[in-house]
Amino acid sequence: MNPKLRLLAFLTPLFLFLGMGVFLFTGLFSDPTRLDSALVGRHVPNFELPDLYSPDRSHNQSIVGGKPMLLNVWATWCPTCYAEHTFLNKLRAEENVYIIGLNYKDDSRAAAVNWLQDLGDPYEINLFDQTGLLALDLGVYGAPETFVIDAEGIIRYRHVGDLNERVWRDEVGPVYYSLYEQGER
Amino acid sequence: MISEIGHLTLAIAFAFSLLLAIVPLIGVHRGHGGQMSLARPLTYGMFGFTLISYIALTWGFLVGDFSIAYVANNSSTLLPWYYRITAVWSSHEGSFLLWMLVQAAWAAALAVFSQRLPLTFAARVLAVMGMIGVGFYLFMLMTSNPFDRTLPLIPVDGADMNPLLQDPGMIIHPPLLYFGYVGLSVAFAFAIAALMGGRLDSAWARWSRPWTLAAWVFLTLGIMVGSWWAYYELGWGGWWFWDPVENASFMPWLIATALIHSLAVTEKRGTFKSWTVLLAIAGFSLSLLGTFLVRSGVLVSVHAFASDPTRGLFLLSFLGVLITCSLLLYALRASKVVSHTRYDLMSREVMLLGNNILLVTATVVVLIGTLLPLVHQELGLGSISVGEPFFDMVFMWLTIPFALMLGIAPLVRWRRQKIGELKVPMLQMLGVAVILAFVLPLIFAEVVSGLAVLGLILAFWVLWGTVEELRMRVAQREHKLPAMVKLGRSHWGMVLGHVGFAVMIIGVALVQNYEVERTVRMAPGDTFTEGKYSFEFKTLEDRIGPNWVSDAAVFEITRDNRRIGEVVSEKRFYTIQRQIMTQTGLQVNPWRDLYVAMGEELGDGSWAVRIHIKPFVRWIWMGAIIMAFGGILSASDKRYRLKKKRPKVTGNVTGNVTGEGSA
Repeated sequence: MNPKLRLLAFLTPLFLFLGMGVFLFTGLFSDPTRLDSALVGRHVPNFELPDLYSPDRSHNQSIVGGKPMLLNVWATWCPTCYAEHTFLNKLRAEENVYIIGLNYKDDSRAAAVNWLQDLGDPYEINLFDQTGLLALDLGVYGAPETFVIDAEGIIRYRHVGDLNERVWRDEVGPVYYSLYEQGER
Repeated sequence: MISEIGHLTLAIAFAFSLLLAIVPLIGVHRGHGGQMSLARPLTYGMFGFTLISYIALTWGFLVGDFSIAYVANNSSTLLPWYYRITAVWSSHEGSFLLWMLVQAAWAAALAVFSQRLPLTFAARVLAVMGMIGVGFYLFMLMTSNPFDRTLPLIPVDGADMNPLLQDPGMIIHPPLLYFGYVGLSVAFAFAIAALMGGRLDSAWARWSRPWTLAAWVFLTLGIMVGSWWAYYELGWGGWWFWDPVENASFMPWLIATALIHSLAVTEKRGTFKSWTVLLAIAGFSLSLLGTFLVRSGVLVSVHAFASDPTRGLFLLSFLGVLITCSLLLYALRASKVVSHTRYDLMSREVMLLGNNILLVTATVVVLIGTLLPLVHQELGLGSISVGEPFFDMVFMWLTIPFALMLGIAPLVRWRRQKIGELKVPMLQMLGVAVILAFVLPLIFAEVVSGLAVLGLILAFWVLWGTVEELRMRVAQREHKLPAMVKLGRSHWGMVLGHVGFAVMIIGVALVQNYEVERTVRMAPGDTFTEGKYSFEFKTLEDRIGPNWVSDAAVFEITRDNRRIGEVVSEKRFYTIQRQIMTQTGLQVNPWRDLYVAMGEELGDGSWAVRIHIKPFVRWIWMGAIIMAFGGILSASDKRYRLKKKRPKVTGNVTGNVTGEGSA
C-alpha cells in the first residue's frame, strides 16, 4: 500500500474517537434528563392498552385529563426505576399526586405485578404496554420517564430519568403545582 | 490536622507524578542513564505519598471526623468500624482517591518487577504511568478534593453511608474493579512505550502479557463480584442489568479479553503487531471513558455519582488529550510496521482474528447501546430506547459463532491447518455436544427448552474441544499424565479460561430458561410448595443492628419432606438514611439457588414473599472464577519469570527484534 494511504488508514481510530468526542462534549452541556418532546404542548396520543392487573380490561385516552397528573414510564428491567419507586410511593402518600403507570416492554406481566406487590403500587391506573406502542407515540427514550399532564390532557412537561427529591423540588413539582394554580384562575 | 496531611501528601504525590512524566523521558532523549534511573524512585515517591493521603482519609472515617465534608456525607457515629473503612470509597471523591492509590500501586509494582527490562524501555513505561497520574491527581486536587472541610459548622453526626453499599460484596467489588480498570493502564503504558521506541516486537508482547493478564483477572473478578452483589442485595434476582455503568466495566473487559488473545499471536508469531497495540490503547481508553460516563453525569444510572459539569469537562479534556496523542502516535509509528509472516485461511491466526473481531464487535454493540441515546439526542434525530431485550438478543447471536470458533481454535495449528485432519475430532465434538445437550434436559427437566439446548450444545462443544486439544497435545507421548502436567501453566491457563467460559454459558442458558419465579402472600405459619420444594414461613422476628432495624422472616425449606435448611430474609430499615433495603434469604448448592425475598407487608400480618428457584445460577460466577484462575496460572508461567538476562540495549532503540517463535 502507498505510505500515505497507509497512514490514513492508521489514522481512522483517531478520527472515530474525535467524532465520538464531539458527542460526549455536547452531551456534557445538554442535560440528559431534560429532553424536548415534540409532544410537549400537545394532547396525549390516542391509545388502547390493557390493564396491568387484569388483561381483559382496557384503557384508552379518556383516562387522562380531568385534573393535573403524572404519567410515569417504568419497567422491571430498569435499575433506575427501582431507585425511583420509593419516591413515587412517597409522592402519592404525602402529596396525593395522581400518577398513571405505564409499564414499558416488560419481561412479563407477572414480573411487573410482582414488582408492584413488593415495592408498593403508587399508581392509580396501571397500563401494560408490552410492545411499546404508546411509549413509541410518546417518544420514550428509556425508562424511567415522567410526563406532566394538565386537566385538558395536554402534555406540559417531560422528564427523562428518575424523579427524586431534588428533581421534584426544582423541576417537575413546580410545573405540576403551577397547573393547579392555572386551573383556579 | 490529619486531613491537612492528607491534602498535602496528595499534592506532593502530584508533584512526583509530574517529575515522573518528564524527567525519565528527558533522560531517554539525552541518553542519560542517571535520569532514566530516576523513574523508579519517583514512582515509589508517588505511591508512598498517595498511600499516606489514603490512610489519612481512612483515619478521618475511623475516628468520625465530621469536619471533613466527605466523611460527614458518607459516615455516621453508628456505622460499624469495618464499614467505616469501606465507606472511604462509597462516593465520588474517596473512590477516586482509591483509584489513584491503585494506579500508583500498579506503577510501583511495575517499577519493582521491571528490573529485567532495558532501562530505556522501563523509563518510558514508568513515564507514561506518570503522565496518566498527572491528569488524575490534577483532577482530584482541582475538582474533587476529599479533604474539604465543613468548617466552621461541623455537623454533630454524619449522613451515613449509602445502605446499598453496606455489604461484604461492596467491600471487595470496587477495589477489584479498580485494579482491573487501572491495570489496563499498564498495558497501555507498554504499548505507548513500544510506539515511542518504534519497537513493536514479540519481546514487547511478552513483557506486556503477564501485566495485561493480571489486569484482566482483576476485571473479571470485579465484574463477577458486582454481579453477585446485585443479585442478592437488590432483591429481585437478576444477575446482569445492562445498566450504563455495568456496560462501562464490560467494554474494557471485552477489549482486554481480545487483547490477551492478540498478545498471544504477537508474542508467538510476531504478527498482529499494530492491531495489538491498538487494542491496548482501546482497552485503557474505554476504562477512561467508563470513568467519564460514571462521573460526569451524561448518562442516567443508579450507579452514577452526583454529576458536576466541571468534573465532566476536566475528565473529557484529559481523556481527549491522552487518547488523541496516543492514537496520533499510533498512526505515525504503527503505519511503518510491516509484518512478514504469512498464514492460511485455516490457521490459528485466523481463528484468533475471528475471536478479536467478534469481541470488538461486541464492544462496539455495547458502546453503541450505551451512547446511542446520547448521540441520537445530539443529532436531533429524536428519542430511541435501548434496553435489555436489545443486548440479550445481540449477545446471543454473537455468542454462537464465538463459541463455535472457540471450540476448535485450540486444535488448529499456527500458519496452516489441513481441514481433513480435524474432521474426526470435530465430528466427535459435535456428537458429544448434541447428545449431551438433548439428553441432560430430557432426564433432569420436565420440559426441553430450545434455547437451553442451544446453550448446552455450545458449552459442551467448547468443553469437548478442550478435551480433544489436551488429548492431541499428549498423543505422541508415552506417559500421558506427566506429559499433561508438563504442558506449562500458560497452556493450562488457556484450558481453564475456555472451561470457565463454557461453565458460564451453561449457567446462563439454564437459569434464563428454567428459573421459577413466584410471588405469594404468606403469613407466619403458612407453607408454599413449588415442585419438590416447600417453604414454611416459621416466624417473624424483630432484629436490631448498629444502624438499622429489621423484620426478619425465618423460612424452613424442605425438599420431598426432608428438611434441607433454614433461611432468613430481612426487610431492613436504615434509620439515618431512612431507606429500606432487602436482605435476601439464600439456600444454595451448585445445582440451584433457592431465593427468598420479602416484599411489603400486606396488613393482617401477612407479607408478599418472592420465591425464586434458580437452577445453575452459581455456574455463572463459578465460570468467571475459573476463567480468572486460568488468567492467574497463565500470568505466572515460568517464561515470564525466569528470563535470561538479555543484553543491555544501548541508545539504539530501533531494531533488535528478538524473533522468538513459539515459547
